[in-house]
Amino acid sequence: MLSIKNLAVKLEDEDKQILKGVDLEIEAGNVHAIMGPNGSGKSTLSYVLSGKGGYEVTDGSAELEGVDLLDMEPEERAAAGLFLAFQYPVEIPGVGNMTFLRTAVNAQRKARGEEEMSAAEFLKVVRTRAKELKIDADMLKRPVNMGFSGGEKKRNEILQMAMLEPKMCILDETDSGLDVDAMKLVAEGVNALRSEGRGFLVITHYQRLLDHIKPDVVHIMADGRIIKTGGPELALEVENNGYADILAEVA
Amino acid sequence: MAELAAKSDPTEAMIASLTLPNATWAKPAREGALARLRQSGLPTRRDEYWKYTRPDTLTQVTAPEAEVLVTDEAPMFDGTDRLKIVFVDGVFDAEASDDLSLEGISIERLADAQSDLHWAKSLYGVLEERGQTPVSRPLAALNTAFATDGVLIHVKGKTSKPVNLIYRHETNTSDAILHNCVKLEPGAEMTLLENGPAAARFNKVLEVDVADTASFHHVRAQGRDHERRAVTHIFARLGAQSAFRSFTMTVNGQLTRNDCVIEITGDDALAHVAGACVGDGDFHHDDTVFITHDALNGESRQVFKKVLRNGATGVFQGKILVKAGAQKTDGYQISQSLLLDDDSQFLAKPELEIYADDVACSHGSTSGAIDEDAMFYLRSRGVSEGEATDLLTLAFLAEAVEEIAQEDLREDINARMGAWLQRHRS
Repeated sequence: MLSIKNLAVKLEDEDKQILKGVDLEIEAGNVHAIMGPNGSGKSTLSYVLSGKGGYEVTDGSAELEGVDLLDMEPEERAAAGLFLAFQYPVEIPGVGNMTFLRTAVNAQRKARGEEEMSAAEFLKVVRTRAKELKIDADMLKRPVNMGFSGGEKKRNEILQMAMLEPKMCILDETDSGLDVDAMKLVAEGVNALRSEGRGFLVITHYQRLLDHIKPDVVHIMADGRIIKTGGPELALEVENNGYADILAEVA
Repeated sequence: MAELAAKSDPTEAMIASLTLPNATWAKPAREGALARLRQSGLPTRRDEYWKYTRPDTLTQVTAPEAEVLVTDEAPMFDGTDRLKIVFVDGVFDAEASDDLSLEGISIERLADAQSDLHWAKSLYGVLEERGQTPVSRPLAALNTAFATDGVLIHVKGKTSKPVNLIYRHETNTSDAILHNCVKLEPGAEMTLLENGPAAARFNKVLEVDVADTASFHHVRAQGRDHERRAVTHIFARLGAQSAFRSFTMTVNGQLTRNDCVIEITGDDALAHVAGACVGDGDFHHDDTVFITHDALNGESRQVFKKVLRNGATGVFQGKILVKAGAQKTDGYQISQSLLLDDDSQFLAKPELEIYADDVACSHGSTSGAIDEDAMFYLRSRGVSEGEATDLLTLAFLAEAVEEIAQEDLREDINARMGAWLQRHRS
């Protein structure tokens, strides 16, 4: 589904290489997790894949179902089925959450040549999905992420994911700033979306999220590269011993 | 000799080109205004009050031509039940207008008001004259002296529907001067809607006297014809526990100068003035607001938002004057521009002048671009760059638009600005 080959990325404005040749293959139906110390390039990878400005790809490729992602505008990548759940969801004063959701859903449908969702149908779907994530009517009415708690913001990300039904979901530190109950709720939301045709890339610092969203494959990233790949047990090893052993082992 | 003077003096040249209407009750007011105009003279670029806006095209004898925009867009406020009064290039159109009778309200044309003891005698030109200090407003004095028509509205109770003054523009060379007066008796309520490009050049004055506990709502849309020029003045006096709310939307226009002069004379009164404008290219838009607090516990808000692109210019001159003794005044003023490119400019002069010691006044002014993080967030969800820009632009304007209390009017205004943004996407 997602195929990343030798991806090398530097900052556009300074001579700083962040990713130094990342290789990653994620198959449909699988959940991959990336763990790694601060500054290893995990978030950069998620931004580059989703098309944020400020980065320059110096080498390598990234394809979603055989389509080159790196040549596309962010909205084209979204329409192609890529979704990024932000580590820090952006607050947008003046834009209602419902308006935002409906605009996004219909923009993607339009881009794919599908029919737009009617107001009534949209309302029905969004209410059902919101209820599953314990998002109340007030949160839907408020401007996007304005006055939301950390947990509410993350649940709102998952609601968007549920509404947009992407093929490939990237979760960038979705557990950061969440208490245990909020994390469970978010994890349940994600698990409900797991399916044969959908891939997940879960970026996290901590093993605890992976107790709730069970990964098929775990990667360790350090200094712009994936240095080790294994099963779920790799996450436990990190939890128990930190990164030092793995880093030493590779070095 | 007189001719020579006229040639060398733009003010005399302008006066010579106009005819003082044959007025009855308004005669002293018109003559007084003419004297004020002669004394101050027409504004020039040297005047501090016209530092950011060139008055030349407003003060030259002949109005510059303005092409009439032909559009199949539905008329403004079409979805709202209202009493329509139509002026075409400044001339009243009886056929297009509704019958001027409405419960709780008397409406009369200025040109028709002939009785010697007219109620408007205590209002016409009176608030305009009060508004000439501390800063002279010669184009308003010119209006009082030479206005050819307008409406005189006397509100005695709660009106059942809004009154809509519609200003159509049908000839390229039209030059219109209209003067409207609204007097609200204690407890009275009305909504005044105004819309349309009016003329190639339009000079309009609105005087509003809001008695104790009365409430005045005003929503205005200045039409889309781009080459038009307009100078408008609102003069309002507010009694105790009264409310005055005015919102103006401007889309296009080579020159628009909107002055708003409000005097709060009764305790516990409220004045909200807001404006949202969107302009492209040689668009020039100037909001000049002067709010005087001369009573206890007054609340005033000025909320002005401008979206500028392709070299458009926005100006804001806003002042809050709190007189000695006007304690517990709550004054708020915000002026913001969203510059969609590097060529556009926003010039702001916010002022506070406070002589009371127990007041809360705040003001802020900003210029900025579209927020990149919000932009990426929207695009990452599949929203196109153009649509995301429109969404964020309307969000920027929202604080001003939300000053409109009536939902149907608010939605109409939002839809018009949304349509403008779509037409003007880069």
